[in-house]
Amino acid sequence: MTATPHLSTEHPKHNLTGFIIFLCSESVIFLAFFSGFALLKTAALNWLPPGVEGLEWRTPLLNTVVLISSSGTIWLAERCMSKGNLMGFRAFWLLTMALGAYFLYGQAVEWSGLQFGFTSGVFGGTFYLLTGFHGLHVATGVFLMGLMLVKSFIPQNYAGGEQGVQATSLFWHFVDVIWIILFVLLYVWQRS
Amino acid sequence: MTSATFPSSPPENHSWNRYFGFNTDAKVIGIQYIVTAFFFFLIGGLLAMIIRGELITPPADLVDRTVYNGIYTMHGTIMLFLFIFPVLNGLNNLLIPTMIGAPDMAFPRLNAVAFWLVPIFGALLIGSFFVPGGPAYSGWWSYPPVSTQNPLGHFINGQGLWITAVALSGVSSIMGAVNFVTTILRMRAPGMGFFRMPVFCWTALAAQSLQLIGLPALTGGAVMLLTDLSFGTSFYQPEGGGDPVLYQHFFWFYSHPAVYVIILPVFGIFSELFPVYSRKPLFGYVYVCLASFIIVALGLVVWVHHMFPSGVAQWMRNFFMFSTMLIAVPTGVKVFAWLGTIWRGKLRLTTPMLFCLGGLFNFVFAGITGIMLATVPVDIHVSNTYFVVGHFHYVIYGAAVMGIFAAIYHWFPKFIGRMPYEGLGKVHFLLTFIGANLNFLPMHPLGLMGMPRRVSSYDPEFAFWNVLASLGAFLLGVSIIPFLLNMVSAWVRGPKAPHNPWNAIGLEWLLPSPPPEDNFGEHVPTVISRPYGYGTGEPLVEHQAEIENQLTLQEASA
Repeated sequence: MTATPHLSTEHPKHNLTGFIIFLCSESVIFLAFFSGFALLKTAALNWLPPGVEGLEWRTPLLNTVVLISSSGTIWLAERCMSKGNLMGFRAFWLLTMALGAYFLYGQAVEWSGLQFGFTSGVFGGTFYLLTGFHGLHVATGVFLMGLMLVKSFIPQNYAGGEQGVQATSLFWHFVDVIWIILFVLLYVWQRS
Repeated sequence: MTSATFPSSPPENHSWNRYFGFNTDAKVIGIQYIVTAFFFFLIGGLLAMIIRGELITPPADLVDRTVYNGIYTMHGTIMLFLFIFPVLNGLNNLLIPTMIGAPDMAFPRLNAVAFWLVPIFGALLIGSFFVPGGPAYSGWWSYPPVSTQNPLGHFINGQGLWITAVALSGVSSIMGAVNFVTTILRMRAPGMGFFRMPVFCWTALAAQSLQLIGLPALTGGAVMLLTDLSFGTSFYQPEGGGDPVLYQHFFWFYSHPAVYVIILPVFGIFSELFPVYSRKPLFGYVYVCLASFIIVALGLVVWVHHMFPSGVAQWMRNFFMFSTMLIAVPTGVKVFAWLGTIWRGKLRLTTPMLFCLGGLFNFVFAGITGIMLATVPVDIHVSNTYFVVGHFHYVIYGAAVMGIFAAIYHWFPKFIGRMPYEGLGKVHFLLTFIGANLNFLPMHPLGLMGMPRRVSSYDPEFAFWNVLASLGAFLLGVSIIPFLLNMVSAWVRGPKAPHNPWNAIGLEWLLPSPPPEDNFGEHVPTVISRPYGYGTGEPLVEHQAEIENQLTLQEASA
């Protein structure tokens, strides 16, 4: 490997490697939360706080479908980009952002209609911790996509932005997979 | 200009102030890390002196009991998060790019941000001494329910600041780890396959992988602790359905591997230095490399041995006892390899070599008590006693810190460009070796007799060993004086160092002392053999003789 002449600038070709390493590390924090949730839930005598029947699953299921399909649209966006179709990339990219934003909106609507709060025992605590931490990642993903969209309009940045697009897309798939596990843990596994 | 020549850049005359600003050169950041770490080392050491001053007499007479709780909590936290980790990251910054022939780290700006977080969370932690209620007092592991008490009710309290500082330290370490791993994976010199890489880089790769896997778990656990403390959740509160033992799982899932994060690079230092000062190749190089990753794999499944008395299931006790003992195998492979390297070598007992030998001696002792502690009945018997304190101080101070001193003396000429003084170094070694053993050995009989840790007063029958331990501690305190004197005076007016004062083999020794900002620049030599070819006459890189001649000529003309 030859040395890069400009020391003060980052080495662009390592960015994706670094980002993948970071994502692997980030997945452990979710793993920690998931295993903590499972441990607390299996050990609990009264999992649901008094007055709470369980979680309504229909709206979250719709949200899940929206998020999973956004993984498809971001893949289409990347395909457009690799074929050099910049307008197609922007269209699918924007659609992915819209689906992500809709997911966040759906999450907010669900939160506002719930009968329990962050401090309602471990049930409320883990619910808001998991969905909140995941929601933070969705918001970060949408923000990163916005950044890449702006970058695609700056001609000089387009070449360098390619790795950013790959990284953002990878991040988005990651957020998606995490949500599927979360959905199973929170909404499918309701009986304690 | 042949491929072996250096860009004839004039010796750079950098001003001192580059060490005080946002600089992206890994060599500057490395020195920033090490100097900052030793600043906090002095604070943590001062706290240790207060602890041992309190314990030299049986009654609690020097400091108030609550103050004492804060002091041992902060001693442990400062020494780990503000001394050991930063000093090792400093060595990583200096050694990884130069050893693999890279011009800098993969992400220089991220590297600088990671460093500057250290003084920030350091200030937070030290600042917690001055908030109402004082600093955190629940021990360095901060177990709930003690750590979720907030008797004064202030939103900003010592425990909250402690959690924030530890979380920030985690962010900084993750940034560092991403950087080190990417650099090692992507930026090695031509010809340097993994099995031509110096062992220090192998151990750094192993240790940083552990950081990446372990730290997020601690961060997750710490976030839940903070919301329990400050926002009224009950993740760890039994009355709300929570489980305090869950925190212990999160904490030790990281904090046991953290010991390997500390000791693995020190294994790397031993593996680098023993061949240099024995003039023999490293015995079993491939096995030493692989053993690091076996330690990583096993190190991730031993954490419950810290929780044998915490009410864990019997199958867990059995499993984790077994896995813990298994770690002795790859570790033993390394110890065997070092002994095989020294065996019938031409030993040169320089300061770095003495520190290595002393560190190895202490490490073997710590390993034996480690096996004792892995045994469930012994562990339950001596749990929370001074036996445990003695064991880990042998690991951390006796082995790791002595290894770090060895590294500092060995690579000081390379990165500062001046030679440290041998006489002062040997005095430093003697004081450290005697002090450490006098300080930490008496803790073992104390623990077996039943003296609990974290107490400021004790039964007079424990007095004899405590007096010895305190004298050892004061000796360790004194041992820092020749070290600091040596470092400062050598930096200011030590004799100029040649490019390879120890006749060592390695890419970093084919650079001028100190190396130019971009190390080899565009003239990275091609590696053609394994490291540590001492006595074999095999060159490490193409055109090695030309490179060395040129360096010698440069030195002669300067």
